[in-house]
Amino acid sequence: MEQKQAPFLEVKDLAVEYSSDGKAVHAVNGISLTLEKGKTIGLVGETGAGKTSIAKSILQILPDRSARITAGTVKLEGQNLLDLTEKDMREIRGKRISMIFQDPMTALNPTMRVGQQIAEVVALHNSCTKAEAEERAKKMLEMVGIPRDRFREYPHQFSGGMKQRVVIAIALACEPDLLLADEPTTALDVTIQAQVLKLISDLKEKNNTSMILITHDLGVVAETCDEVAIVYAGQIMETGTREQIFDHPTHPYTIGLFGAIPDMNEDEEWLHPIDGMLPDPTDLPPGCPFAPRCPYATHKCESAVDFTMTPDGHACRCCNLERAEG
Amino acid sequence: MSTLIETKGLKKYFPTPHGMLHAVDDVNIKIEEGHTLGVVGESGCGKSTLGRTLIHLHESTDGQIFFEGKDVTHVGKSELKALREQMQIIFQDPYSSIDPRMTVKETIKEPLQISGRFSKGEIEDAAEELMNLVGLDQRLRNAYPHELDGGRRQRVGIGRALALNPKFIVCDEPVSALDVSIQAQVLNLLKRLQQERKLTYMFVTHDMSVVRHISDEICVMYLGQVVELAPSKELFRNPLHPYTKALLDAIPSTDIHHSRKRELIRGELTSPINPKDECRFCARCKYASECCHKPQKLVEVSPGHFVSCTRVDEVNG
Repeated sequence: MEQKQAPFLEVKDLAVEYSSDGKAVHAVNGISLTLEKGKTIGLVGETGAGKTSIAKSILQILPDRSARITAGTVKLEGQNLLDLTEKDMREIRGKRISMIFQDPMTALNPTMRVGQQIAEVVALHNSCTKAEAEERAKKMLEMVGIPRDRFREYPHQFSGGMKQRVVIAIALACEPDLLLADEPTTALDVTIQAQVLKLISDLKEKNNTSMILITHDLGVVAETCDEVAIVYAGQIMETGTREQIFDHPTHPYTIGLFGAIPDMNEDEEWLHPIDGMLPDPTDLPPGCPFAPRCPYATHKCESAVDFTMTPDGHACRCCNLERAEG
Repeated sequence: MSTLIETKGLKKYFPTPHGMLHAVDDVNIKIEEGHTLGVVGESGCGKSTLGRTLIHLHESTDGQIFFEGKDVTHVGKSELKALREQMQIIFQDPYSSIDPRMTVKETIKEPLQISGRFSKGEIEDAAEELMNLVGLDQRLRNAYPHELDGGRRQRVGIGRALALNPKFIVCDEPVSALDVSIQAQVLNLLKRLQQERKLTYMFVTHDMSVVRHISDEICVMYLGQVVELAPSKELFRNPLHPYTKALLDAIPSTDIHHSRKRELIRGELTSPINPKDECRFCARCKYASECCHKPQKLVEVSPGHFVSCTRVDEVNG
């Protein structure tokens, strides 16, 4: 069989719309990305860029009433998840794809023992006895560094870092093929963040899990991702390997993001903020969404902008590459 | 240069059903006029409580607070009111620290009205000037907080803090809730205001890159105590306390070509309730030995660089 295999995950032209006060909020506007088995891609962007909406569309857990996937496909090993029924999708969630949410304080059920919350996922997706599910849950607790005898405790008895470990244990209990991690360490202190990131990458390596890591922290991306996509106003502005993005950031927005963080190794009197703010998602500019804030914008930016290849071979959605570089 | 604010043996304990919670425990700090002291540490280390105790939002349990050389630890109501004009605070969360039912201008005007020293006309003018100062467009004067984005809301919080022309401002995680591009705008604003108005800041944060950028001196707190205090650059170049080392080591780096072998710090913060009289970090410290189980003292190891670790020589040897 010489047939070329479909990529592990292929998202194509995905668009998501929310309705709010009768207005359409364009949260995701034509996102395409592919991800191979065992690899990690980082989605980087600011609040409201649409990162979480992308992850929720893959898992189809967008709020029913207000959100709608208006275009695109999400293919997992060639199968379009958007064609599946809710019943089939339920088989996939938690089993083949699972998600770690930002806030471990609200992701857990406060009235249920932590061990039971892990065992529940195991029992749902595997035909096993209650005792077997509990044993598996205890193993998972140990794997994330929590003693198994805390199985019967409640979330409020755990610290923030430990709660996030429980959330990770739930997400990984069925050894999913794809993990969606939405700002998994944002609510944690740096020392605990380092522990949790190490835990995620160890477990990921062990099971050859693919991961989409959503974050606004470029340091976290540098340390965990193979590939990076910079997201702005629901579009990918620039995407490439970690080396390409960190060594040759090309899009004016990417450059702006890097410039806005205080440098740990140099002393600068003033920071370089990006002027202005995200465009109103109910009223996006027709062309490049970053143009109103971009120091290099010209009239060319007023019509739709497509990806251009940069000299080092990564994709950048900018029509003034020479200016931005020069 | 003179010292604007100083504490001697400052303590703030909170009673809990399980015992005394030592939030701030014997803290001695000094901030020079026009300087910024950064206070860093993990959640629960007492850094916010320290800031709030300094400006009398909490009544201190023990120790002394000096403001412009005067002991202000215990002050009466009218003295406190006058003192509060000199000491202000900017809170972390601009979403909850501003009254949702007051407009931008009303919020900024309120401290001026409460002071009772200004006429209506003066207050109007001052409020307009303050809005310009913090970069809020005049068209936003009648806007309510929910109509503003996080960056603008924090500007309202800054404008309100500056209204009575204070000398000292506690900035309690003022940019933690903001996106990086907006964070840079607000940090630049705070720095510009400091230069223009000779402000003295205590800058409380858990973000090491932010604290390095904004501070002249940095104090590292662990479970209510200062474990290391040094000029900003010195602290980053030459951290001496095992906890400071671990904290700096845990920061994710954007430098992809120099990957470091990271030594992860073990465990989590231990309980601040009835802590033992010993090094509070020793349970997590890889250098800990017998001599760490006794009280530690902050010692000056080089000019301006203080460390509280009996094994500092062995650790850095």
